[in-house]
Amino acid sequence: MVNCSAAAAVGLRVVRGHNEVLHEVSFDIPSGGVTGLLGPSGSGKTTLLRCILGVQKITAGTINVLGRPAGSPALRSQVGYASQSASVYDDLTVAENLRYFAAALRAPASDVDRVIDAVDLDDYRSRLTGRLSGGQRSRVSLAVAMLGNPKLLVLDEPTVGLDPVLREELWELFHQLASDGVTLLVSSHVMEEAERCDALLLLRDGRMLAYDSPSALMQRTGTGTMDEAFLHLVRAA
Amino acid sequence: MNFRLLLATARRVLTQLSHDPRTVTMLVAVPSLLMIMLRYVFDSAAFFDHIAPALLGFFPFLMMFLITSITMLRERTSGTLERLLTTPMGKLDLLGGYGLAFSVIAALQVVLAVLISLALGLSVAGSIAWLLIVALLNALLGLAFGLLASAFARSEFQAVQFMPVVVLPQLLLCGLFHPRAEMATVLRWASDVMPLSYAVDALQRATAASSLSGTYWRDVLIVLGCALAGLGLAAATLRRRTD
Repeated sequence: MVNCSAAAAVGLRVVRGHNEVLHEVSFDIPSGGVTGLLGPSGSGKTTLLRCILGVQKITAGTINVLGRPAGSPALRSQVGYASQSASVYDDLTVAENLRYFAAALRAPASDVDRVIDAVDLDDYRSRLTGRLSGGQRSRVSLAVAMLGNPKLLVLDEPTVGLDPVLREELWELFHQLASDGVTLLVSSHVMEEAERCDALLLLRDGRMLAYDSPSALMQRTGTGTMDEAFLHLVRAA
Repeated sequence: MNFRLLLATARRVLTQLSHDPRTVTMLVAVPSLLMIMLRYVFDSAAFFDHIAPALLGFFPFLMMFLITSITMLRERTSGTLERLLTTPMGKLDLLGGYGLAFSVIAALQVVLAVLISLALGLSVAGSIAWLLIVALLNALLGLAFGLLASAFARSEFQAVQFMPVVVLPQLLLCGLFHPRAEMATVLRWASDVMPLSYAVDALQRATAASSLSGTYWRDVLIVLGCALAGLGLAAATLRRRTD
C-alpha cells in the first residue's frame, strides 16, 4: 500500500548556514483529511513544507510524498503549493495569472473559472493582482495551488490576515476539498485553527513535539484548549 | 523542452508588458530618439556613419540586459520562480519564453532604430538584413547576460549596479571610441574576450562593404556562441532545490 502515505519523513535534518533548522523530524501523514502544521513563527514550518515540495536542500534523512521521493518530476502535477507570501504576478490580472499557471500545470482551461469561483474572486477576475488587498492576493495564490486537481495541497499560512468570515469560508473550502479526497497540509501559528484539523503536527524550534489528533492531544495532556496542550507539551519536552 | 509551455510563458511576459504601456513605449522609442540626438550632436554624416552601426547593436544589448536582469530578479524574489519550478514547467520553457517575448520587443526596437537611422542618412553598403541579424543577436546576448546577472543580485538595486560592471567596459573597449588594434596590450586582451567587440566589428563590416567577408560570419558565430553559453549558464543558476 504505497499510496497510503501522503507524506512520510524519516530523520529529516536541514542545516542552513550554522543553524540546524530541522532536527531529526520523522512523521507519516496518511492520505486524506486536513493535517495542521502548527508552531510559533521560526519553528521551521515553512522549511518542513518546502522539504515536502522538494525545493529545500536536505542535510540528512529521507522524505517521500505520495510514495515517491519529494521533488520527483512525477509529483509536479500532483502537489499544489501556496507559499506564505502570495507567489503570483502583481502585473497580471487574476484571470491572467490563473491562465498562465494552468498552462504550466497542463490543467484544462475550464479549471480557471472553477478555482476563481472556489476562492470567491469572481468579481475581481479582471483586476490587476497587485491592486488587490493582502487577503485577496493570498486567495489568488491559493486558487493557483488548486489548479489541476492536485492530490496533495500544501498551504503555508493560508488564513493569515484574513477577516473571520473569510477564514471561516476558507476552512469550509478545505474540508470540502478533503471530502473530495484531497489531502491538505495547512500550516498556521494560530492555535485556534488547530481544532479545525483532523490531525496535528506540532513543531517547536525545529523539533517535532507531537503528531496526533487535536482531541487525543488534549486528552493526553489533560488540558481543555490547544494552547494549554501546546504549553504542556513544550514543558514536558 | 515543451513548445506549448514556452509559448505560454512568452504570452504571459508580453501580457505583463501590455499592462505597462509606458515601459513598452520607452523600450521601443528611446533608442531611435537617441539616434536622432546623436546625428545632430555631431552634425556630421561621416561621423554618424562611423558610430551608428555600433550603437544599433549596443542599444538592444543594453536594454535587454536591464529589463531581463530586473524581471528575472523579481521572478526570483516574488516566489513565482520557485512556484513555477514546482510545476511541470521546464527551465528551458521558462527561459525560452522570456527569450521569445523579449525578442519581439527587441525586434520592434531594432527595426524602428534602423529605419530612423537610414532616414537620417546612414549609408549601408550591404544588405540591411546583415545589420538586423547582428542587432537582434545583441538583444539575445543582453538577455543572456541579464539572466546571469540576476542570479548574482539580491535586490533590484544591485541588479542595476551590474549594468556599469558588465555593460560599460564592453562599450568602452568595443572599438567604438578607439580602434581595438591600437589599444594597450592588456586592454586589447580584455577587448578580445568581450562579445560586444565582435558584434561591433560585424556591424561595421555589414555597413562598410557590399559583400560579406568570412570575418563577419566568424563574428556572428562568436556572438551567438556567447549568447547561448550565457543562456546555458543562466539555466544552471535556476535551481529547483535551494537552501
